[in-house]
Amino acid sequence: MKKLKLKELESCLQQVDTFENPKLLLEQYPTRPHIAACMLYTIHNTFDDIENKTIADLGCGCGMLSIGSAMLGAGFCVGLDIDADALEIFNSNIEDFELTNVNMVQCDICSLSDSMSDTFDTVIMNPPFGTKHNKGIDMIFLKTALQMAKTAVYSLHKTSTRQHIQKKAAEWEVKMEVLAELRFDLPASYKFHKKKSVDIEVDFIRFSAKKVLN
Amino acid sequence: MKLLTHNLLSSHVPGLRPGGGFPLRIELGRPSELPPEPSPGYEADEEFLRRLHHVLLEVEVLEGSLQCPDSGRRFPISRGVPNLLLSEDEA
Repeated sequence: MKKLKLKELESCLQQVDTFENPKLLLEQYPTRPHIAACMLYTIHNTFDDIENKTIADLGCGCGMLSIGSAMLGAGFCVGLDIDADALEIFNSNIEDFELTNVNMVQCDICSLSDSMSDTFDTVIMNPPFGTKHNKGIDMIFLKTALQMAKTAVYSLHKTSTRQHIQKKAAEWEVKMEVLAELRFDLPASYKFHKKKSVDIEVDFIRFSAKKVLN
Repeated sequence: MKLLTHNLLSSHVPGLRPGGGFPLRIELGRPSELPPEPSPGYEADEEFLRRLHHVLLEVEVLEGSLQCPDSGRRFPISRGVPNLLLSEDEA
């Protein structure tokens, strides 16, 4: 497998089609190709959690993270999302990129609980933050991800929630490492917002799924 | 939906006994091309491995349904995507 450079990965991901009519209540927005590329590159090169591994992408949307993982040599990727329209775009992306090891499932992450325990090596996700009448959804995604993953969970969470997450991680007995602090500019949600976009600080975090071992 | 994906899915209808949601029964028109059980020494059987690889990773179920073994609830598969969403009264 040809070794893909970070810049090449990013420029490939710029070809990923994204939401045509993003649904505000689902917090739909595409993970920026630059951020996705940096995340995936770190996961692959520093931790070797992508190549030949089974990967789940919770709240996959149009598939940015799944597609990037496939390009870095993932064994098999499954994207999970609640929205059929997003999955349709994800499907057409898979066809455009001619990927043969990516599949998707339509489901509500919040209702899975532990029905898929220990089914994937790695979970990589950009979950909803809980800003749209869905407070707490980020922690539900995280808990489910930790149940699904055998080795590690990589996720993005608002920096303002870091202490709360640290508390939960300790409670669940998982190791947590903040790999980077990022700035997201999310498009403005409401027409009457003065600024075109809002900057929020986001942590890129690695959680080890099993305590002690890693 | 590839067979490998199906292997990872189980029913999460509330109230099932532990393990009662797996495996989901695939309902389609075409019968399987594989024998029901792997024969001993299958690791060395090239022909079998080729067919197994094909069925696991190259065959896609486009239309059909997955049936929960305990509750009988059917989850549809359309355009290759299994839909595991529960209705409001089920969740």
